[in-house]
Amino acid sequence: MPRPEVQAPPEIFYNESEARKYTTSSRIIEIQSRITERALELLALPNDGVPKLLLDIGCGSGLSGETLTEQGHHWIGYDISKSMLDVALEREAEGDLLLADMGQGLGLRPGVIDGAISISAVQWLCNADKSCHNPRLRLKAFFGSLYRCLARGARAVLQFYADNVKQSEMIVTAAMRAGFAGGVVVDWPHSSKAKKSYLVLTCGPPSLNSSLPKGKGQDGAMCSDDDESDDGSGDEDGAQTVGIYERNRPKKRQKTKKNGKGKAWLLNKKEQLRRRGREVPADTKYTGRKRKSYF
Amino acid sequence: MRLLTHNMLASNARGAVTGYPLKLQVVKWSTKEVEPNPEFLRGMLPKIDWPALVAATQALGLPELLPEAPPTDAELSAEGAAADEGSALRRLHRALLEIHIEEGALVCPDTDRCFPISRGVPNMLLHEDEVRN
Ligand SMILES: C[S@@+](CC[C@H](N)C(=O)[O-])C[C@H]1O[C@@H](n2cnc3c(N)ncnc32)[C@H](O)[C@@H]1O
Repeated sequence: MPRPEVQAPPEIFYNESEARKYTTSSRIIEIQSRITERALELLALPNDGVPKLLLDIGCGSGLSGETLTEQGHHWIGYDISKSMLDVALEREAEGDLLLADMGQGLGLRPGVIDGAISISAVQWLCNADKSCHNPRLRLKAFFGSLYRCLARGARAVLQFYADNVKQSEMIVTAAMRAGFAGGVVVDWPHSSKAKKSYLVLTCGPPSLNSSLPKGKGQDGAMCSDDDESDDGSGDEDGAQTVGIYERNRPKKRQKTKKNGKGKAWLLNKKEQLRRRGREVPADTKYTGRKRKSYF
Repeated sequence: MRLLTHNMLASNARGAVTGYPLKLQVVKWSTKEVEPNPEFLRGMLPKIDWPALVAATQALGLPELLPEAPPTDAELSAEGAAADEGSALRRLHRALLEIHIEEGALVCPDTDRCFPISRGVPNMLLHEDEVRN
């Protein structure tokens, strides 16, 4: 299968059935959260325990956002696909969601955002899906607006899949032109499946803080996990197997849909994280509260 | 969408000068209580456009929620503020993080372009002829 970006525009490719995979496929869920955890690590937020206001660009079903929430942060998510955002609503994503096209600019006030992540989304900007689309202008609008909305010294970490070197260069060049310092960190460069590229950007003049961290597995070590491209495309055996696997799978996760995940689910999840040694907010009377409505 | 996000968001459409603040039209809103975090609020306050936040609470029909001037750092750090429902800290917390706009619209102050909000999600997509390039 060719990469999804060449099959259809994102708002068409990420239709209901594609979006559904983000709640049913444990493989996609696992990969999304693993990439997000790595992106957060590269984001290197100050370790002061104070929640930050972050962006998740191409937030989709809210899986990546869930990782941000688990770490206590507030976030604003951008996505162009309504079906993906519907899944995010279903899973009661804690972030604020915007139906928006990053190629049109983010439309945020200057200097107000503490950091940004993006998981497998930015490469979509390299395509001209409509006759009026000019990839360079769209990349410029995106990176320009991202640069402006970030606070001085803040970082953005954008994991992306480039089709070829030219695309990768086009993305990096657009970021540098917008004023960012930084570059690409490649994890597991020697594994076709596990290889992941992260564009790590710092807002403001180069400083100590903008020196690039090292990728994982640079020394030729291989990733022990059987990781794959998260959109089930391209690299080797992704797409088809996912499709079939999907249909036969009992839809475990959908159970949670009707009445929300509920307090018990939340408490259980927090307990799990605690056992894994993560810092989790204490359980209080607010944990898992429902919204009240007003007209 | 919470008022925190509304406070940061501007219209991107061609013809918008600053596109800010977006006028808020509210059909339905909700609240969800979350635990106040004084440090987050103290860090956030300098980034908040206070008049825009006050205008947003007025559009919601909550003219009493926020004072005309932003709280001071001392007020936000006052002992017991997090536990006192009426404190400046708790009011700010409620305004920024507990109120969710569910249905309504955001209107660009410069062009009157209307961005509908449905199920809590503003639709900020521009038609191609509205894109600024
Ligand atoms: C691989 S998915 C990432 C999913 C997401 N991290 C999650 O947790 O579900 C890539 C996402 O990027 C979004 N996307 C692609 N092009 C976009 C654009 N121009 N503006 C905003 N979002 C876009 C797609 O709709 C899709 O949801």
